[in-house]
Amino acid sequence: MKTAKNKQKSVKSIIKKYDGDKTAMIAILQDVQEEFRYLPKEALSSISKQMEVPLTRIYEIATFYNAFSLKPRGRNLVEVCAGTACHVQGAANLMDRIERDLKICCGETTKDKKFTLEEVRCLGCCSLAPVARISGNIHPNLTQDQIPKVLANYK
Amino acid sequence: MVNFIIDGKKVEAKEGATVLQVARNNGIVIPTLCCHESVAPSGACRLCVVEVKKGKRTRIVTSCLYPVDEGLVVETKTERVMNVRRLVMQLLMARCPESDVLKAMAKEMGIEPQPAFHPETDKGKCVLCRLCVKACEDVVGVSAIGLSGRGKDKKVGPPFVEDSKACIGCGACAYICPTEHIVMEATDGKRKIWGRSFKMQACEKCGRYFAPVDQLKYISQKTGTSLKELAVCVSCK
Ligand code: SF4
Ligand code: FES
Ligand code: FES
Repeated sequence: MKTAKNKQKSVKSIIKKYDGDKTAMIAILQDVQEEFRYLPKEALSSISKQMEVPLTRIYEIATFYNAFSLKPRGRNLVEVCAGTACHVQGAANLMDRIERDLKICCGETTKDKKFTLEEVRCLGCCSLAPVARISGNIHPNLTQDQIPKVLANYK
Repeated sequence: MVNFIIDGKKVEAKEGATVLQVARNNGIVIPTLCCHESVAPSGACRLCVVEVKKGKRTRIVTSCLYPVDEGLVVETKTERVMNVRRLVMQLLMARCPESDVLKAMAKEMGIEPQPAFHPETDKGKCVLCRLCVKACEDVVGVSAIGLSGRGKDKKVGPPFVEDSKACIGCGACAYICPTEHIVMEATDGKRKIWGRSFKMQACEKCGRYFAPVDQLKYISQKTGTSLKELAVCVSCK
């Protein structure tokens, strides 16, 4: 776990990397999210203070894009594709199964902080439908039965 | 100066003026929600649409943003314009079925809410025009409220939906909101807005509560006027 002080330090260095450029706000938030796996409230407040951008503006950006999360995410992000192709190939069943196996609903994080489950729209590999992306890895042609095994690899 | 025609009338206007400004100066009524003289227009509500003809092309534009131009032909009440306005009105009413302001506007335009537009129940009276946000940022200068989320979840309020530390309780947002979405409650010596309660300053001469203490502090900090001087209301000065 990062201490509050360390957090402050990494936020500072991220801002410095972009020379405090206000137009780079999205990139800065992406980096912060990469660092903490979500956007901590204190981080947003300190970006606001250091860059002299109102917190309301930052909050607007952070809540607009799906890629940003204001809630802590687990170590592994499970993204089930619900794009058209995957939807037709039974994405809903996959989601169902993962929800049951992880005992969480879409959008939630497991108690042990290992997994966060989210739904996304089209991962750009429709020919492999239905797909899920776990910690950045694409799992093609997924079936419900494969899920326990796939998840076990990330535990 | 540019010359153009609006509703069949030849008019002259300053370059850079918007069609809406010129229309109003010439006594032509165009309904608007999101246009206010103290902040820049944004074209959010779409009620102010008119038809403009330039060369051979006729199109529908928002008059609050469209600049006048030499030889332009503007029509503000054609059937095409009215159809767009009626549709916009239906959508606004479906979003905010409780808004009396919208109801009154609709009545004036002779519009009844149609069942095809299913009314929302959780949006309050906010049409997401952003006027309050801009007033708070550009006029007041504190940026206590903003928009968040997107699509059907977009809403206005302080960040993280909690008491805003930046808010000074001035009430500019409630004043500028065209649909009366923002509620400001005043009880003896207290004002409540955005879920936060503000202590009011009583005038040192007449005793009337006239402004939140936080607002006076903000003014004092900005202008360098002492709090003591600010503790007297305008009418007693
Ligand atoms: S609260 Fe009022 S002023 Fe603010 S965005 Fe909504 S309708 Fe516009
Ligand atoms: S729809 Fe799932 S990858 Fe395109
Ligand atoms: S007044 Fe022009 S779009 Fe609202």
